[in-house]
Amino acid sequence: MWSVRARVLVVDDDADLAEMLGIVLRSEGMEPLFCYTGPAAVPAFRRESPDLVLLDLMLPGMDGLAVCRSLRAESTVPIVMLTARGDTVDVVAGLQAGADDYIVKPFKPRELVARIEARLRRLEQTATEVLAIGDVTIDVGAHTVTRDGAPIAVTPLEFDLLVALARRPGFAFSREQLLADVWGYQHAGDTRLVNVHVQRLRGKVELDPESPEVILTVRGVGYRAGPP
Amino acid sequence: MSGGLRRLPGRGIALWQESLRFRVVLGTILGSTMVVVLLLPALLGSISSGVLGAKEASAVAEATAARSEAQRLLDASTDQAADAPASRRIDAVVAAVGARGAQAGLFEVLVLATEPGGLSATPERGTNLVSESSVPGDLREIVAGDQRQAWTYTLIRYTDGRSVPGLVVGAPLSVRGVGPYELYQLFPLAKEQQTLSLVRNSTAVAGMLIILGLAGLAAAVTFTLVKPVQEAARTARELSAGNLEARIPVRGHDDLAQLGMSFNEMAGAMQGQIHEMEQMSRVQKRFVADVSHELRTPMTTVRMAADLLHDKRAGMPPDQARAVELLQNQLDRFEALLADLLETSRQDAGSVDLNYEEVDLRAIVDRVVGALRPLADDSGCRVVVVGSPSLEVTCDAPRVERILANLLSNALEHGQGEPVVIAVDLDESDRAAPHAVVTVADRGVGLGPDELAHVFTRFWRADPSRVRRVGGTGLGLSIALGDARAHGGSLTAEGAPGKGATFTLRLPLLPPGSATGQLPGQGPASGQDAADPPPPDRDVPGPAAAGQVDPVGAGGVRP
Repeated sequence: MWSVRARVLVVDDDADLAEMLGIVLRSEGMEPLFCYTGPAAVPAFRRESPDLVLLDLMLPGMDGLAVCRSLRAESTVPIVMLTARGDTVDVVAGLQAGADDYIVKPFKPRELVARIEARLRRLEQTATEVLAIGDVTIDVGAHTVTRDGAPIAVTPLEFDLLVALARRPGFAFSREQLLADVWGYQHAGDTRLVNVHVQRLRGKVELDPESPEVILTVRGVGYRAGPP
Repeated sequence: MSGGLRRLPGRGIALWQESLRFRVVLGTILGSTMVVVLLLPALLGSISSGVLGAKEASAVAEATAARSEAQRLLDASTDQAADAPASRRIDAVVAAVGARGAQAGLFEVLVLATEPGGLSATPERGTNLVSESSVPGDLREIVAGDQRQAWTYTLIRYTDGRSVPGLVVGAPLSVRGVGPYELYQLFPLAKEQQTLSLVRNSTAVAGMLIILGLAGLAAAVTFTLVKPVQEAARTARELSAGNLEARIPVRGHDDLAQLGMSFNEMAGAMQGQIHEMEQMSRVQKRFVADVSHELRTPMTTVRMAADLLHDKRAGMPPDQARAVELLQNQLDRFEALLADLLETSRQDAGSVDLNYEEVDLRAIVDRVVGALRPLADDSGCRVVVVGSPSLEVTCDAPRVERILANLLSNALEHGQGEPVVIAVDLDESDRAAPHAVVTVADRGVGLGPDELAHVFTRFWRADPSRVRRVGGTGLGLSIALGDARAHGGSLTAEGAPGKGATFTLRLPLLPPGSATGQLPGQGPASGQDAADPPPPDRDVPGPAAAGQVDPVGAGGVRP
């Protein structure tokens, strides 16, 4: 299925669950790597440099949020959180810590695989495509975002979000549409995903995140890109 | 004006009922006035009898002496000049007696003939124009009739119109050869009168001062007593308003200080208990979260293992394949039960966090009807939605959806193939707090009085013998009730055996206490855009929103 077997780092303190996740991932043609404690997660990540991290939010020693922040500080790797609690605050805190997506335990293998595949799959990319919003330039082929030649580091998810908006300048995307286009949700998703990530992305691409010019809010609808 | 006056007694009554001070001061004024009014006349009486008694005694003694002298004079004159006219003799008496009075400056003299127009040609003689009307008729009757000395108080009148209060002492005089006369001596009491009126005025002033002083004292005493009581009341109000740190300032060691200290001790004990309960609630919430995690993690492993087997059951021997199917079904059931138990536990702990958003209730109803269509088809019940085509409600949409899914699946289960009617309406009878009302009515087996009482009881089954088609957890209606209450709304059931059952959900259009527009549960951490908050209709769906429209965990629904 994948040209190169996708390597997924599973960070979970429950060995049985981790093993089961491994079985499911292997059956989908991915290569699971394991790490059972929070403090070991960052070194394991550096050693293995996986394509995606599956992170349990409740870890002994160092909690999942802290691991998430550490990973995000040094990498743009896609992070999918496993959370046992459906509590609002936990989910938002995890997203704000840098997670791309989350899945609530107990989940079905198919749900999990769908979430992981959505994060590994990228938008269609044309080698020569270069987009612009204001003074922000997005080189789709080179996978770079720059402002006046200065590079801006964004995660793949943030890049996809920016590209999705920039490809249709001025079009007002609903949050549901962005969830489908960028996150790959076939059914209703959690619109907080969009809110939190737009907020994070604005922190990177806007000169003043308080009065955005690149990603504009469309009241009652969602978001749109600023003029090219 | 008249209205104000008419209202005055009412205000007085209100003051009487509300103000202890007013009551005490008014009572003191009334009581002391009564004492003064009763006491003053007695006091005045004894003072005046004291002042007048001496004067009376001296006047009577003087009168007795004067009368003896007068009689002696008359008798003597009779001896010397029997032929002298009676008037001359009377004049002599008046002059002699009057001289004594003038000498002492103490009294006037009046001599009156007992039988006017009788033997005497001189019916009266007196000093200083004193008038005959000064002598009361009663006194004359006694003096003339009983022929003895008598006295009384009277107003001494003069023929020129002057008058002065005084004492008149009368005694009979006999003028031989002329007839009976009466000698009256009139003692003016102007000085005594003055003294008495001075005393009367002074006592009245003193009485007033006593009343005012007592009232002031009562006001002061009640102030010192009422102030701590008011302080205690204010502190109690603060405490009940939630400021558990509020205490009464305590000064000294007297009874009031003791009251304050006891009150403060009580407040401290209460604060401790509330703190303890909060602690317990926190522990409970923590427990729910922990159980949630501890149970869900193994559940996830089992679930994934079962799914893996389930996907591969085609290649298994029939018994194994069936076993895997049963395993899968029971896992679904177990998962639903776990979710419902956790939800119930969360509701019990009061740790339900609502994520309010503005939604169209009718759209939710339509969505629920759509989601449960397979179940409706199975049960053969037609579902009809009537009422408002659109009704904006600010609520936790996933929870409201869960309530409605529970009600509808319940109606379908007991509907016996008859149509189920869902009505969405706005109830504005309470203008301050309009409600959305959704009724779900079936025409199935219905509910008896006993069943109505238990319909929201956990794990209760209307008819244990009936085959269960839907396979709910038995917690669905209980959770629905908890969800309705968490919204500040209500969920009620009514019906009769054989006539179906109607469940009524009432939800406030706006969350309780949302007058300021600030929605509870919409904290800064709710994932809003800081720069420009998205419109409320896109706002913060609940945790179950991510692809969980299928109402597993809704207790009683599994399409």
